[in-house]
Amino acid sequence: MEKKLFKSTKSRYILNILAIALVFAVIALLIEGKVLNRYQANLLIPVCYNIILVVSLNLAAGFLGQLPLGHAGFMAVGAYTAAIFTKAVDLPGPLEFVIAIVLAALMAGLFGVLIGLPALRLRGDYLAIITLGFGEIIRVIIVNLSITGGAFGLSGIQGHTNYIWAFVVMVISVYIVVTLIRSRHGRAILSIRENEIAAESCGIHTTYYKTLGFAVAAALAGVAGALYAHYLKILDPSTFGFMKSCELLVMVVLGGMGSVIGSVISATGLTLLPELLRGFDDYRMIVYSLLLIIVMIFKPSGLMGTYDFSLGGTMDSFFAKIRSLFKRKEAKNK
Amino acid sequence: MKTHTKMVPVPSQGIIPERDLDKSPVLEIVRLGIDFGGLTAVEDFSLIIGRTEIAGLIGPNGAGKTTVFNLLTNVYEPTRGTILLNGRNTRGLKTYQLNKMGIARTFQNIRLFKDLTVLDNVKIALHNEMDYSAVEAVLRLPSYWRAERISTERAMELLSVLGMQDMAGSIAGSLPYGAQRRLEIVRALATNPSILLLDEPAAGMNPSETAELMENIRKIRDVFNIAILLIEHDMNLVMGVCEGIAVLNYGRIIAKGTPEEIQNNPTVIEAYLGHSGGEQA
Repeated sequence: MEKKLFKSTKSRYILNILAIALVFAVIALLIEGKVLNRYQANLLIPVCYNIILVVSLNLAAGFLGQLPLGHAGFMAVGAYTAAIFTKAVDLPGPLEFVIAIVLAALMAGLFGVLIGLPALRLRGDYLAIITLGFGEIIRVIIVNLSITGGAFGLSGIQGHTNYIWAFVVMVISVYIVVTLIRSRHGRAILSIRENEIAAESCGIHTTYYKTLGFAVAAALAGVAGALYAHYLKILDPSTFGFMKSCELLVMVVLGGMGSVIGSVISATGLTLLPELLRGFDDYRMIVYSLLLIIVMIFKPSGLMGTYDFSLGGTMDSFFAKIRSLFKRKEAKNK
Repeated sequence: MKTHTKMVPVPSQGIIPERDLDKSPVLEIVRLGIDFGGLTAVEDFSLIIGRTEIAGLIGPNGAGKTTVFNLLTNVYEPTRGTILLNGRNTRGLKTYQLNKMGIARTFQNIRLFKDLTVLDNVKIALHNEMDYSAVEAVLRLPSYWRAERISTERAMELLSVLGMQDMAGSIAGSLPYGAQRRLEIVRALATNPSILLLDEPAAGMNPSETAELMENIRKIRDVFNIAILLIEHDMNLVMGVCEGIAVLNYGRIIAKGTPEEIQNNPTVIEAYLGHSGGEQA
């Protein structure tokens, strides 16, 4: 029998927690030790909320297999809900922010259900168009309400979001998606992507699970919106338009439909890339676009395809390789 | 070796095996019919299937056999008629509800969850056997681990019935054709049905694979103690394994009976081979 260091699920969980803690410690050290300047440190926050947005969109696009084009709309619902709440109440900072995030998730999730129920009756391009429409409706409603500040936007929002909040909320959001996928509910969602007719005849209530997947994706987009609102401190309805939804979908496709690690990598990369390219400002959008074209030509399934990374599994196969190398040497010596 | 099942007539709908006579029939179909626009695809379809019967539905291409399966699983809503599954009327129920009530099927053109593993294919079908909520799953509470462990064991057990336990980790789409067909059957069985519908299970199989399939069909009936209704063009399989056979032509049943009766029925021979005089209707 092959020895496996991380065979038990418990040891894998511990390993993952340690790895995340290590990443966080490194980031915290870099920021607190002033290795990164203020501008660089602040980039971590957009990276985090974009990861949440892209991973949640991947739940709907990659795992559920639908093609929604209105993800920015749910982000807007979350952002405005959270911002209006924190402006209205005066609670201790962290408590206020936690409640705001939960409210944002609930409200965006509710919109996800309301929009999902009619929209998910359609498939493919039709679903894309109808969700695009709903996304725009949300934006137009925000422009026309007085509580949201109308077209002028909402300003004077408290700046609750710092890199710790962003990182922790991001980790929790990704954790929710990963654990959900690896459960009976997640398998039901995957079965709809794979073959809806077969799923239905296996006893899966497909309408329910489509709506569930869609609503969870929307709720997490709302969470990202809450982080966004309290990072920028000002909300402008025009930023939640079709272009934002498209940008997110590009990130999902680039990372690989149905790969969480792919989404994390592409969200990080595509958020940082325009900033890294600031040096040659005139050409940065060209470089950005060229990069997308090149990836799509050479790896149409996205950077990671449907591959998902498992730290325990990777380390096991790494150690197994080392062991077999040693064995070969021993055999040679004999 | 072929065994002869004694079939006995029951009022109006046909015949069932003698051993099932004292049990309620698993499926009673009474005067089922469906129209697609002006076209009547199935008409006056009545059939009764015994608790542990292996029944066959045969007929020339386009006779409406798969349409009957789609009516039984409510993929199509019947225009007329009644279906009683385990004594309960299935009218207005959704496909997934019918599956919970005890009807499972395979497809003529294989419909597996191709990009998932063999084990996951079966565990998806075990969905309704598990009872933890989404919140319990995300929090990874003990109820999650327990249900997952039990369902994995159950899936492996089901796979081993058709000798597939060693393929559990493979991607379903990468399996050889015969194994994909078997996996579809295992997946259907995982939903714990009282009747299994097989739509052309032997399509594309060579004679030795077909012989193995016949063994498997009997084995499934004996192990799970369920009824099986199959559509098949391979007459060796139908005549070898089925106890009662219904012949469909132009959407209507033209004959019902035991394999011997069907083989010697002049109406059936005519439907398959054409009129002896060769005259045009």
